[in-house]
Parts: sequence; C-alpha cells; structure tokens
Amino acid sequence: MSLPEAPPDLNNQHLVKRFSGKLLLRKEIPLDEPDFQQLLSTHSFTPIKSIHKKNFIYQCQRCGNRQRSLFAHIPCQSCKKTHLYCRNCIEMGRVMECEPLYYWSGEAPRWSRYENPCSWDGELTIVQQKAADRIVTAINNHENELLVWAVCGAGKTEMLFPGITEALRNGKRICLATPRADVVLELLPRIQAAFADVAVQGLYGGSDDKDGTAQIILATTHQLLRYKSAFDVFIIDEIDAFPYHADPSLPFAAERAKSDINTTIYLTATPRKNHKIEINRNKLAHIFVPVRFHGQPLPIPIMKICFDLKKELKSHMPPAAFLKWVKHRKNPDRQLLIFVPTISLAEKMKDNLADLLLKEGILSSKANLAAVYASDPDREEKVQLFRQKEIDVLITTTILERGVTFPSVDVAILDAGHIVFDEAALVQIAGRAGRSPEDPTGEVVFFHDGKTEAMVQAVNSIITMNKRGGMS
Amino acid sequence: MHCLWCNIQIIPEISWKNLFILEAAKQLCAECEEKLELLKGRQCMRCSRISDKALCADCGWWDDQTDEMDTLAFNYSIFTYNKFMEDMIAKWKYRGDYHLGNAFKERFSRSFTGKFSFLKKDVLVVPIPLSDERLSERAFNQAQMLADFLPAENKSILTRIHGEKQSKKTRYERIFTKNPFVLHESINKPVILVDDIYTTGTTLRHAARLLKDKGCPDVYAYTLIRG
Repeated sequence: MSLPEAPPDLNNQHLVKRFSGKLLLRKEIPLDEPDFQQLLSTHSFTPIKSIHKKNFIYQCQRCGNRQRSLFAHIPCQSCKKTHLYCRNCIEMGRVMECEPLYYWSGEAPRWSRYENPCSWDGELTIVQQKAADRIVTAINNHENELLVWAVCGAGKTEMLFPGITEALRNGKRICLATPRADVVLELLPRIQAAFADVAVQGLYGGSDDKDGTAQIILATTHQLLRYKSAFDVFIIDEIDAFPYHADPSLPFAAERAKSDINTTIYLTATPRKNHKIEINRNKLAHIFVPVRFHGQPLPIPIMKICFDLKKELKSHMPPAAFLKWVKHRKNPDRQLLIFVPTISLAEKMKDNLADLLLKEGILSSKANLAAVYASDPDREEKVQLFRQKEIDVLITTTILERGVTFPSVDVAILDAGHIVFDEAALVQIAGRAGRSPEDPTGEVVFFHDGKTEAMVQAVNSIITMNKRGGMS
Repeated sequence: MHCLWCNIQIIPEISWKNLFILEAAKQLCAECEEKLELLKGRQCMRCSRISDKALCADCGWWDDQTDEMDTLAFNYSIFTYNKFMEDMIAKWKYRGDYHLGNAFKERFSRSFTGKFSFLKKDVLVVPIPLSDERLSERAFNQAQMLADFLPAENKSILTRIHGEKQSKKTRYERIFTKNPFVLHESINKPVILVDDIYTTGTTLRHAARLLKDKGCPDVYAYTLIRG
C-alpha cells in the first residue's frame, strides 16, 4: 500500500521497519501527535481494543490474560471514568481499557536478501547435518511446525545456522525466543559472529536494544508481547522450560508474533507429554538428534538412597552418602555442581559443606565454594567464576539446570525426590555432565530417600536416548 | 482472594475468632505480609525515623533553619522503606497498579484512628497533589488513594505546578527547590497532610508552610513509609 498524503519523512522504510510487526501502546510509539494522527488517518496504524469483554470474561489483548484477579478497576484521571486495566503485563507499561493498542497496517516491510550471510566456518557432524537439512526443508516448504528433539549437548545452536542462512537468502525475518535472559546473553555474541553482516538484536528485560527492528531478533518470551504478525521463521528454544509451559500468556504472545505464512521450530531436549503424544500420533513433524556433538553417550545417573536424608537436610548438612561419594570420585579433578531443591537450603548448607570438604582436604579454601539462586545479585559473576574454574564447588537451585555449559563437572542432586525435580529437570541436570570432547564423561548421582516416578523415568529416558543413538 | 502481590490464592484458616464474626478479607498472603517491615523501637518524635535521640539530626537541622517553630508538628509513618516496599511502591506508583494500593488500606486506616484520635472530628485530611501532567500520565494520585482510606473528611485544596520528579533529584536539590504548591483558600482548622513516603520532608514542609500562611493552626503529616 502506498501513502500519497503522508509527508516524505514519514513514508520510508525506516518507519515501516520500526513499527511493522509490533503491537504497541500510544506511549510506546515515539512520534509527535500530528505525525501520529496523520499515520492513523491514512490507516498506517490500526487501533484495536486493548481489553476484550465477552460473556463476563475479560481478555487483555496484549498478554492474553483472562484471570479475573489480574484485572482491576482504576478511577482514571485522564478519561474521568472508572474502567479496567490489566495487572498481568503491567511491568511492560499499563494496558488500560480507555487506550487502544496499535498495530502497523501500512506498507509492508522489505527485508534484505543475503546471498551468503553465514560467516560461521565450523563444521557440523553427520547427525547435526541431518537435522540441519531437515530444518532447511521445513523452512523452504513453509511447513507449519517442526520439533527438533536433541539431547543435551547435541549442539542445537549450530544446527540452526543452515536454516537461518536459508531464511535470510529468501528475505525472511527470524526470531529466536528463549525463556531466559541468560540464554539471550549467551547466544547473542554467537549469532552475531555467525551472521556478521546481518542486523541482530537481543531483547530482554533491561536490554540496551529497545526498538527491536533487526532482521534477526533474539528475545525472551516476555518481549514477544509487543509483536504481532512479525516473524516468518520462529524458533522457540527450550519449549518445555519454565515459564513457557506454565504461563499461558507466553504461548499466546508467541502465536501472535508469527506472520501469516511461517515456520515454527521448537527445540527441546526433554519434550513434555503433550508433544510426545503428538509425535507418537504423527501430528507433529520431528527430527531426533540422539547423539552429542562429540559422539559419546549421555552419562547415566546413579541413584543412591540416604535413609536419614530429611533429617540431615533439616540441620542443613549434606547426606552421609554424599560425603562418601565425594571422597571416592573417579576423577577428583572435575568441578562439582550440586543441585538442591530450595534457595534457603542452598544458602544454609553452604558453610556446613565448606567446613566438611575442607576437613576432607577436597577444598583448598572456603572461597572456592559458592551458592547461587535466581534472585542472587552476584549470580552471573559466580557462574562466570565457576566456568573459569576459579570456584571448585557450586551449589545451585534449578536455575542452572539448562542452557549452561561447564566443560568438566560431576553432578549431584540432593533430595532428587523433591517436587521441583520433575523428569525434564532431572534429564537436563544429568545433561550438564560430560559436555566437552576432552572429558566426555562425568558422574551424575541422585541422592534420595525413596525413588520417585520422575527419577525412574529420567533414567529410563536417558538409557532410551543412548540406545537410539546406537550406544547401548 | 488472591494475594495482590504474588497472586497466590489465599485460603483463610477457620478459627473460633472468624467462625462467627466475618473478618475483612486479607489482601496479601502471609508470606508477603511478613516482608513488610513496621517502624518499631525508638523513633524521632518529629519524623518517625528510627533514632536513639528524641529528635533526629535531620529534624534538628530543620529547626536550625528558622527561628520560628518547625512548620510540621510531626510526621507519623508506618513502614520502613525496605527492598520489598521499594518494589511494591515501584509497581503501585510508577507502573501504575492502582489496585495494589488496597494492600495498605486496613493498616493505614487503623493506625490513623490510633494516632490521630486526639484531634477529634474537627480536622481536614489533605492529600499531597500531583501536577496535572503527572496525574494524566499515571491516571491516579497515590496520596489521594491513601487519603480516601481514612475515616475523616478529605479535600484536595492544594495544587501543584509541574516540575521534575522528586525521586529523580539529589538530596540537596530536593531540599532547596522552590515551593511547588499553590493554595487559594484560607483555612482555620488543623490539617493532616497525607502522602505515600517521607524522604527528606521537604515536600510536606512546603505544603505545611503554605497552609500555615493561610491561617492553619497546626499541620501534621501522615505517611505510609519513612524513607
């Protein structure tokens, strides 16, 4: 669509790229009122009602929230009426009933076509290549969905490169959505290096890139709330991870952010039940990558029962069986990653464990042991120190269960029967061990006081994956 | 009911106390409620700040500024400004989650009855206003909301001229700004100023100065938080 009446400075691709594919509040559109009115009158922007009411059910049109307790009334001083607003997505700017949301309905953006965008010179293994080819086919044939089921440490990011290259050749816009800001931060430099000539932006709460106008967008799933019909290739990393499967507004936003003709690629190491069922019924196309990029099998967890576990944890002591195991590890040079179910346990056990390990001579000083959890302000720093091997032992909650790579670690889970450790979490945690080709094995031990379904299934599924990879 | 902060469902426990007499519904779950920290122990009698001296150094400084009495008789606050409160205020005031303010309703009106009952009925509650620009941006005035919780007559007689946000200024800038308020009517009964937070006390003293000039006998302040 052309805009004959619009002043020339408004009628350009810059403006189109800035606003197309977005769903924004008026205060998120940094244009002067006359310019904005001009664009509105030429139908370049279309307003939609921000809160939808039907049969006593409200729905926020930005985040899809329908929960009644997350709506409230506000005596609005700017329109002098009392009306609804959404409390669910308020951190991204308040959505009020009296203010519409706007989406771009003007000229369509023209994204660049790149002949040879990929500057990555690494090589894919045969299995990786097979999966990568399948992704390329899916994108070329405009297949709706493809699930890539790749074990922990299979090298998922690299497998995406041929698919992204193909999409860029055809002038498509790409989004890689992940549940965590840490992962955006880790992926951003890798993608930027692999596609040096293409604009890449990373969006997460508090990121520097705010406008999100690049052709390749890396975003936390929350940031997708501001997009509508934007992406031709949509990659969702860790589809099974919290908060994606727990927060209904994220699938809602992801669904809306896709353009009309699109390909969605799900990446996971541990598909949830609903996806497994769809795969078994042939409803969902999938490709399975059962081998790690270094070709070694996944370490199989060992279960160790501790009869006094609850009592010991109550006094913030590690179980006796754990100490015994620590003393007789096969390779004592490896770092030790210890998962605990709760933040308070991580904090309180830190000192006791440090004392015990010092006495055994396993730890050289108290400073070589640290504990991290989600709300820890020094979290990134501590993880970085662990990665650089400045710290030998790291106690963590489930925040480090996925997306992070440490080259050579042994993994222990204390109280593996706790409810936070479901099958997916256990498989992911076990997948932290043996990540590097130099040290492709590692010990994984579940300390428990009674096997749970999740533990048994996690071990079984790891064994099955190894079998499918031809290593039994 | 769902907790206004963490949205967890609150299931009230039945006890002999609430079996026959209905209690007001809880707005916050026990866990979030616990994180709100009450001002306790020895406090400055003028500004409610926790202090070993009867009059804290800051209030002594205010007294030294002029020969006459401090314009503010005293300020009474309920909560300390801890991290949790900071997050809550940010969401309520700056993000504009109006409904979250109801979390303070019960406490704010109960403490008022206890602390200001000596003033009897003949008193006017005046919320600290926002400028028109700020009001249309936020859509509500948090001080007005707090004033509406109180069992006393309240009236917005002050108006405010638009300026920089107080929270964006340094301490020095805050104390030496010009009086941002305007008052047209004269007043002859005691006034209780209501605001969400007492930080340096400048805003409240600016308002109090004006009220005193217009004939108000005593000005008190009632704030949710002593920052």
